[in-house]
Order: sequence, then structure tokens, then C-alpha cells
Amino acid sequence: MFLKDYIVDVYKGVSSLLKGMRKTGYYFTHSKEIITEQYPDNRATLKLADRFKGEVVMPHDENNEHTCTGCTACELACPNGTIKIITKFDITPEGKKKKAIDAFIYRLEMCTLCNLCVAACPSDAIKMAPNFEHSVFDRSKLTKILNKPGSKIKEGIE
Amino acid sequence: MYNQTEIIKDTTELGPEGELVVNMGPQHPATHGVLHLVVTLNGETIKKIEPHLGYIHRSIEKMCESLTYRQFIYVTSRMDYLSSHINNTACALLVEKGMQIEVPERAKVVRTILNELTRIASHELWIGAMAMDLGAFTPFFYAFREREMITEIMEDTCGARLTMNYIVPSGLMYDIHPEFQTKVKAFIKQFKEKVTEYEDLVTGNIIFQSRTKGVGVLTPEDAISYGCSGPVARASGVSCDMRKIAPYDAYDKVEFDEIIETAGDSFARYMVRVKEMNQSIRIIEQLIDNIPEGDFVGKTKNVLKLNKGEFYQRVETARGELGVYVVSEGGTTPYRIKFRSPGFSNLSVLDHIANGSKIGDLMATMGTLDLVIPDIDR
Repeated sequence: MFLKDYIVDVYKGVSSLLKGMRKTGYYFTHSKEIITEQYPDNRATLKLADRFKGEVVMPHDENNEHTCTGCTACELACPNGTIKIITKFDITPEGKKKKAIDAFIYRLEMCTLCNLCVAACPSDAIKMAPNFEHSVFDRSKLTKILNKPGSKIKEGIE
Repeated sequence: MYNQTEIIKDTTELGPEGELVVNMGPQHPATHGVLHLVVTLNGETIKKIEPHLGYIHRSIEKMCESLTYRQFIYVTSRMDYLSSHINNTACALLVEKGMQIEVPERAKVVRTILNELTRIASHELWIGAMAMDLGAFTPFFYAFREREMITEIMEDTCGARLTMNYIVPSGLMYDIHPEFQTKVKAFIKQFKEKVTEYEDLVTGNIIFQSRTKGVGVLTPEDAISYGCSGPVARASGVSCDMRKIAPYDAYDKVEFDEIIETAGDSFARYMVRVKEMNQSIRIIEQLIDNIPEGDFVGKTKNVLKLNKGEFYQRVETARGELGVYVVSEGGTTPYRIKFRSPGFSNLSVLDHIANGSKIGDLMATMGTLDLVIPDIDR
């Protein structure tokens, strides 16, 4: 009996190993089913999801206008103090003073990409962009001013 | 090179009983993070295991005290990063309980689907890493193939692959992606075809079986007294599924079985997780065609203020019971917050169940406890 059990054990063990080997052998010969992506070489064809949260950007239209009113709702919503808004007063053609942003300072190195600032924005001035290659040699390059130089607020946004 | 006599000479200087102290970690590939185990050995037999924590302590509980009830949810993704959706759900549910907000049905169902997808992704990664601990390298890649489909679904809908921050108090941050349902159905189809591959590769494998069966046996009494939860306790025959005991979101509307094994060894813990993945698929199948139309987020005030008092909410993460306890004084930030993390209690049982076994079995025991170190340290 002992010998029989021993042989059965050996047979079961070897067959379980061969069963696994057959599976790995299948993928060894069917290389089309392998889904590995060669990342740095496939940059041209790499497509990220539309909603991918890579960094905060401020979209500008063709007249170099944005929709940020400088209400600091994003600054208050941010858990890490990533956003700092410096406001100034513009003189409108009618001679009135109007609040506008001077600089929208965004510090990418402190950002956790939680999307709370975009959700808090009442005028859809900022959004998340699917950029993910953020590495630079100098840390100060990660502090960005999002409003472009010379840009102004779009007409009709309060 | 040491020869035989020199080794014997050395052991006399090691301690009164010839004990050898080995530091395993904090940078050991089998500890899956910065876990530091001080293992006292007698020859190859384990006499004592002392986990040293604190290498990845970020004081999340203290941080949350200075964040508002909208902001503190994102921090919890960094605790148990493999079930970040479930952590976020726990916090959102607590705020909803404290403010008595109604959640739209659509949000509840989507939350449940995403929670179950997270659970599958977590177990997939665990199977791969666990098999790799025991020397099998191939299952890791097979497991990541299916997990990649889930992370792509998450990427489409939530915008992130690991730390989603998609769930907000009273609902979801934005609506699901238009292709969400088709992609989830494609995943279910793929998963059902491929799950037999794990059975062929890992479950039936004689090396895997002989390394896990009868190793690290945890009795039901010990599982209860050490406060174990999740698959670790269920493998010992303790019923502790929060989805059954205290249903939240849409879990009271779906049918699923609570997986309970009675052996209590490492192989039982493995089987519980494999079967749990199939139950998660069953839950998703029931809900994916029945996502109700309507709002994805309820109407709330801009500034959330919890009522005065103490609130506790518990959910079932991929690792066990996560409890969130908040003391509120009626302000915009919590007065005190405490997380009851499943990993901490499950780690505490390691010394008890690995004591007296060989050091090679420690890998299997530790692997099946499914420890995530940022969850233990917080």
C-alpha cells in the first residue's frame, strides 16, 4: 500500500506541474496574446483616458482669454495649499475698478491630483489635463503660473 | 568561508539558548513594503516575531483633524492603497450618516460596483504577489493582465489608477464614463475565461499546496480574540463580512454568499480570496445592467458641518473591517478621528501563528495575511 500511495503522489505532483507548464507554454508560443506595452517607444501611439488627472491647467481661447474670476474657491478647496491666487484691480473702459487675477500660481510638486479644485470652480476656469511626464531637474520648474502673460478674463463672466 | 566547527563556536556567543536574531526588512522583497520583522530563531525554528512599525507613518489621523469633511477623504486613499475606493466610501458614508444626507440610488449602485472591482483588483494583485513569494513568477503577470483591465476602467471613469478620490459625500464626483458598462461586461467575460488559469497554475500545483496546507493555522477562538477580520478570519470559520452584517450602499439588494472555510491554514485563506473574487463578479453582474437613471450626486451645502456627537462607520475592505470613528464638535473639521484598520489586527496575529514553524513557512503565513504596510502604519 505504501508503495502505491507513493506512486500516486508522484504521479499527481508531476501531472499538476505539467498542467501549469502547458499553460505557460501556450503563451510562450502564442506571442500575439501578450499585452505588454513598450512604453517609452510607443509615445506616439500612447492614448490616455480623457479624464486622466495629470496636472491642473487653465484653458485659454484663441483671444488669449480665460474664465477665472479670482474667487479663490479652488484655493480654499485645496487640501495642500497647492494653489495661490494673486489678484489685482483692472480699470474697465467705463472707468470702473474690476477684480481680476494677476497670477494663478500652481505648485505641481505639492499637488495630490484629487480634483477638488476643479469640482469647486464655479466658472469652469481650470481642468485636469492628461500629462504625466512631469520629471524635471530643477524643483522650481514645477511651480507654474497658469494664466498666460497678457491674458484677460472673458467678457460676461462674473 | 566558515567550516562546521566555527559555526558551532559562534552560536555559544549568541545568547543563553543559542538564539539567532534576524532582521527581516524593512527593505525585504517579501514584506511588500517597509515592514520590519525582528525574528528570533533557534536553528531554523521561529521562536518569536516582533514587528517594528513606524517606517511609513504619515500621521494621517492627525492630518485629518485640520482638513474639512470634503478634503479628508482623499487622504484615506493613501492608507490601504489597494482598496482606496472602499476607504473613500467609508469616509463618505460617515459624513452622510453625520449630516443625514440622502444619497441618490445611482450613486449607491455605482459605488457598489466600483467597490467590488477594487476588491477583485486587490485580490488579483495579492495572488500574484503571494505566488511570487513562494517562488512562482508567472502568475504575477497573469494576475496583472486582468488587473490592468480594472485599472483601465478606473482610469476612464475616475481619472486615476490607484488613488481615485472619486467618491464624495452625498454621491460621486462626476458621472460614470459612457463606456463604463460595456467595459465592465468585457472584463467579466475575460475574467470568467481566465480564472481557470490560476486554478491550473497555482491552486492545483503540488509545490504550492505542500507549502501552504497546514501552515500558519489560526483557530476561530484566536481569530476572534486577536480581532482578525476579512478573509483571514473567514478562513478560520468566523463569520465577519460587514457587507452581510451591516449592509451599506446597495449590498442589501444583491445576493451573494459569504465565503467561509474552516481549515484556518494558509491554503484556506488563499481559497477564501479566490472564491471571493467570483462572488464579487456575481455582485457586479446583478448590478451592471440595473444602474438607475438620475442624479449622481445629491444636493448639499457648500460647507459641510457634521452634527455634534460621535459617529462610527464600518465597511468591508479587501483586507477586512475598516472602521472610521469621528468625534465632532459641530465644526467644519473633525475634533478627533480614528481609523480601525484591518491590517493592524491581522499583523498582530503573525507572532502567534508562525511561532514554532520554520522560517520558510513564514513567507506563506505572512503572504496570506495580505498585509499592506501603509494601512498598518497610517
